[in-house]
Amino acid sequence: MTSVSALVACPLDPQSFNEPSSEAEKEGQMVSAKNDLAEKTILDAEAMARTLDRIAHQILEKTEGGAETVLLGIPTRGAPLARRLADRVSTFAGVQVPVGTLDITLYRDDLRLRGVRALEHTDVPATGVDDQRVILVDDVLFSGRTVRAALDALKDLGRPSAVQLAVLVDRGHRQLPIRADYVGKNIPTSLVESVHVRLSEVDGADAVVLTPGGER
Amino acid sequence: MIEHLLSSSDLDLETATLVLDTAAEMAAVSGREVKKLPTLRGRTVVNLFYEDSTRTRISFEAAAKRLSADVINFAAKGSSVSKGESLKDTALTLQAMGADAVVIRHPASGAPHRLAGWIDGSVVNAGDGTHEHPTQALLDAYTMRSRLGRLEGLRVALVGDVLHSRVARSNVWLLRTLGAEVTLVAPPTLLPVGVDSWPVQVSYDLDSVLPKLDVVMMLRVQRERMNASFFPSVREYSRRYGLDAARMGALPEHAIVMHPGPMIRGMEISPEVADSTRSTIVEQVANGVSVRMAVLYLMLGGMA
Repeated sequence: MTSVSALVACPLDPQSFNEPSSEAEKEGQMVSAKNDLAEKTILDAEAMARTLDRIAHQILEKTEGGAETVLLGIPTRGAPLARRLADRVSTFAGVQVPVGTLDITLYRDDLRLRGVRALEHTDVPATGVDDQRVILVDDVLFSGRTVRAALDALKDLGRPSAVQLAVLVDRGHRQLPIRADYVGKNIPTSLVESVHVRLSEVDGADAVVLTPGGER
Repeated sequence: MIEHLLSSSDLDLETATLVLDTAAEMAAVSGREVKKLPTLRGRTVVNLFYEDSTRTRISFEAAAKRLSADVINFAAKGSSVSKGESLKDTALTLQAMGADAVVIRHPASGAPHRLAGWIDGSVVNAGDGTHEHPTQALLDAYTMRSRLGRLEGLRVALVGDVLHSRVARSNVWLLRTLGAEVTLVAPPTLLPVGVDSWPVQVSYDLDSVLPKLDVVMMLRVQRERMNASFFPSVREYSRRYGLDAARMGALPEHAIVMHPGPMIRGMEISPEVADSTRSTIVEQVANGVSVRMAVLYLMLGGMA
């Protein structure tokens, strides 16, 4: 990781500033360029759409129709995923579920291990989170540290009646006692692989791919 | 990200915009029930104030505390400084106590630059003599952006005691970086030597400038720094360069009135202008906490 230069105000470090939210992707970023040829598609756009359809139905089932429920996406890619799920819930059941974003940067436990990060937008729906069932939405569940930070951030925003977790991909290797309530796809991985979720809102096209090269 | 913040001319457009964007996210924290973030837990911020200050010191203290940093307040009055200790020795003492950042206000221009060379931690200039006050310029820019929606192309006048004003200097450099057009309005005696080399327009006549403005920022006449007679009388100064209700009426409909405080009602600004809905004076104070949180986060939030 780049060190902070001795300049009075140094230019942005692109490595630490455009980082996506998923830990899986971050760790794979540096090597992904070299290994484009070796990448393996796990979900294509159609399969991703079907997976999100299923999660939306499961949310409706588990929340008994989506009452008093708030979807909070964790930037970068959890935010568009939360909006897509809310759209589907509204199509399937005609229920408008409030949707927002929750930036967890200021609650991360690895701030001191990396360069400073730019903040993403936090947008809590007008209903607030008090006494609501909050469903956190992220792209990849890996170590569980992002979710832990999200739980801490949520605690400062209010007191939800329950907190659930929806992820598109669960790749294993948890470092904390955290599990997801809604999982799009379980992908058994080794630590020398990385999972990339690409979304049309952020990356121009939908896909989940697995590439070699993960943690050092 | 930012190692020291000594002058607003150190900030390029990208960094200045990052500070303002970060401040906007920090402002949301001030509106919620738990006004506290765990981000700077275990870091120590020292407020080293060699000059009287209320709002700046309290603002930095609130900003550091909202980010969970430990704050040590050091006022030169009643400290070892009054026994004759030098700035350098004081700095090394603070360093030995483990200060991660030192926020310094000093009557001598350039003191923060010297300090930055002596200690390992970050230094924030909270006002040095008549030189600079960069966080004030940042909070002013933030206030303009949140009220008017943009900074690029804004027409801003800084009116009054430019000569002694560090706020004016910091604003000139920052607003130029952010793309605003600055006009200085003051009597010739209160303009600094060499002002023609600054990236600004200069006018001696407030009334001719007012109708073209988006922002008018009134500066306090700093009598404590005046060792000569710069204008004939308070009354004459006020008549020519003070902002009263009639002059406020000459401003375009959308224009805002700013003042860095402390203001002298009846001198550079009349009470009805200060209390009008166009005045952002109280807003500026609130925005100050958000902007200083952003600066401290970008300074101390990453790797040590």
